[in-house]
Amino acid sequence: MSQDNENLSTPNNPTNKSEANREESMSQTKPGVTSPAKDRTQSVSQNSLSDVAKDRPRSKGVSHQFGSGLEARNVHAWFGKKHVLEDISMSFDTGTVTALIGPSGCGKSTFIRTLNRMHEFIPTAALAGEVFLDQKDIYANGVDVTKIRLKIGMVFQKPNPFPSMTIKENVLSGIRLAQLKVDNQDELLESCLRRAGLWDEVKDRLNEYGGALSGGQQQRLCIARSLAVNPQVLLMDEPCSALDPGSTLRIEETIRELSESISIVIVTHNMQQAARVSDYTGFFLSDGGPGRLIELGTTTEIFSNPKEKRTEDYVTGRFG
Amino acid sequence: MSTLSLSAKPQRPWQPTFKSLIPDILGALFTAFATLAIVGISPLKGKLGFVIVLILMAVITTSVISWIRKDRKAALNSTSTVLVYVAAAFVIVPLASILWEIFTKGATGVSLNIFSNDMSATASDSPLTEGGLLHAIVGTVYLVLIASVVSTPIGILTALYIVEVKGKFAGIVRFFVQAMSGIPSIVAGLFIYAVWMIGLGNSYNAGAGAAALAILMIPTVARTSEEVLKLIPNDLREAGLAMGATQWRTVAMIIIPAAKSGLVTAVILGIARVAGETAPLLLTIGGADGLNLNPFSGNNSALPYYVWKNLGLGSEIAVQRAWLGVFVLIVVVFIFFTLARVLGAAKGSRK
Repeated sequence: MSQDNENLSTPNNPTNKSEANREESMSQTKPGVTSPAKDRTQSVSQNSLSDVAKDRPRSKGVSHQFGSGLEARNVHAWFGKKHVLEDISMSFDTGTVTALIGPSGCGKSTFIRTLNRMHEFIPTAALAGEVFLDQKDIYANGVDVTKIRLKIGMVFQKPNPFPSMTIKENVLSGIRLAQLKVDNQDELLESCLRRAGLWDEVKDRLNEYGGALSGGQQQRLCIARSLAVNPQVLLMDEPCSALDPGSTLRIEETIRELSESISIVIVTHNMQQAARVSDYTGFFLSDGGPGRLIELGTTTEIFSNPKEKRTEDYVTGRFG
Repeated sequence: MSTLSLSAKPQRPWQPTFKSLIPDILGALFTAFATLAIVGISPLKGKLGFVIVLILMAVITTSVISWIRKDRKAALNSTSTVLVYVAAAFVIVPLASILWEIFTKGATGVSLNIFSNDMSATASDSPLTEGGLLHAIVGTVYLVLIASVVSTPIGILTALYIVEVKGKFAGIVRFFVQAMSGIPSIVAGLFIYAVWMIGLGNSYNAGAGAAALAILMIPTVARTSEEVLKLIPNDLREAGLAMGATQWRTVAMIIIPAAKSGLVTAVILGIARVAGETAPLLLTIGGADGLNLNPFSGNNSALPYYVWKNLGLGSEIAVQRAWLGVFVLIVVVFIFFTLARVLGAAKGSRK
């Protein structure tokens, strides 16, 4: 526990580490990406994931001022009397992708729902701690929740396009829902769909209903929808869990492209995915009690050289 | 591969062929003959006896055929299939015969006259070619329209309060809505009569009747809307809220459009509940033989009221007028249903 705090108490620390780490792993990066076939032959060994983590194409990592973006400090969460999250502190900087991994029921989803105040929609929910966006506590008195959620977008596990709206209306729904003014809607529509990697597939059918798309396309439509309001942070709660490998790959490419301009937090059960797309990885675990953040570090570190035994056991597939 | 796809034709191998249907056809013939024979020999006589024997024989024959051709599970499946068809017939046959009865007895008197005349200058015993239903049709349209306009927003907002706002009083409100839906219709009429007329000293008019009907319509609309709104997946609410929308914008732009066809159904069920009500109208609209275009002043009539009045007179022509009134009432209700569907599907409907 003390080790975690050491890692986390200074928000800038991991950033510096990562810069160093990036340089290092950049030099190690082999030409050519690891093929899926190669992964399979290597079985699930420690090396395969750390290789994936090292071979992952870097997001360019826009240089940013310290402390920018989103930061959670000592967040606890309860459902009724059940303590589900204990003392989570993490920071998410602009231009980075952070993956949250861990077995089911360890509180990952609960945690990201505390980050844009979706947690409070569960009637028995309670919370302690602070979440800062641009140094302002989003749980402070008098904060306009809707503005917070505009800045911190969310993509859900199940694709959920609005059934009564066309593809076009779905993408622009955020503008209408939040009553924003936009000069050129068509331009915004195209750029959002392009950024979500969906434009070429739907440009001729923008007036069809969103439900007519395949599952993977619907999920990318949901991503496009959340991009339309220009969020600073995008939270993704297992966005690929219901998708086929092709759609997953497409969404991972999307995440990589998006991470150049915003910060992304992604919950995933797929450790290959965490290794492929993220810059930082946080490992959550609950030992019967509340979920804790066991270890947080750069993705390369977590998958090749974790400090905690439990992290190593999990990422190497010894349990979970 | 290409030759194969060229020679392939779309087929439906799961559909029964004539050959596989032979046992079923034979079974059906056997059932029919056996039923006739049993009714002929046994003391069971008449239509009722025939129907009972037919159902029994159909169940036995299909089950035995399935058992012989396949196994016990198939026999059970056939038995339940036949029973489901029988149950459906028990619903459809009375409904169809009621409609048929109304059509044969009511449609004979239909002429253009009835849509242009009222009964102010005609006695009920005069031939059907004289007089008409205009006053009653106008009265019913007023009543249903006003009652719908009042109870649709109240009913849907009540449902929104229970399902979306989940306010402190949601449980109590739901309880009262359920209690209200059990109110006998004459009590609603009495309530308006006691409060609106005796208490406040107003006289009979269509508005008072519509208020009584609204009391009956609100719980139907509210309960059906509540069920419909509960079916909207929570994902959609969260998606809307996560986009930075207020709760009101989420409800107005996402929940209601997604639930629209269900909400229209709620209103239609509400109309169906009140359009044929007679008891509350007896106490509130006063009845009239002449056309009254002002719904908020003076006695008015309505189709159910017209039917009730003519049925009470009892003469042959008056009863024919009553049937005519029933027929026109059904047509008017049908027009309301169609209107609600068309208006509900005007924009953005799915499927």
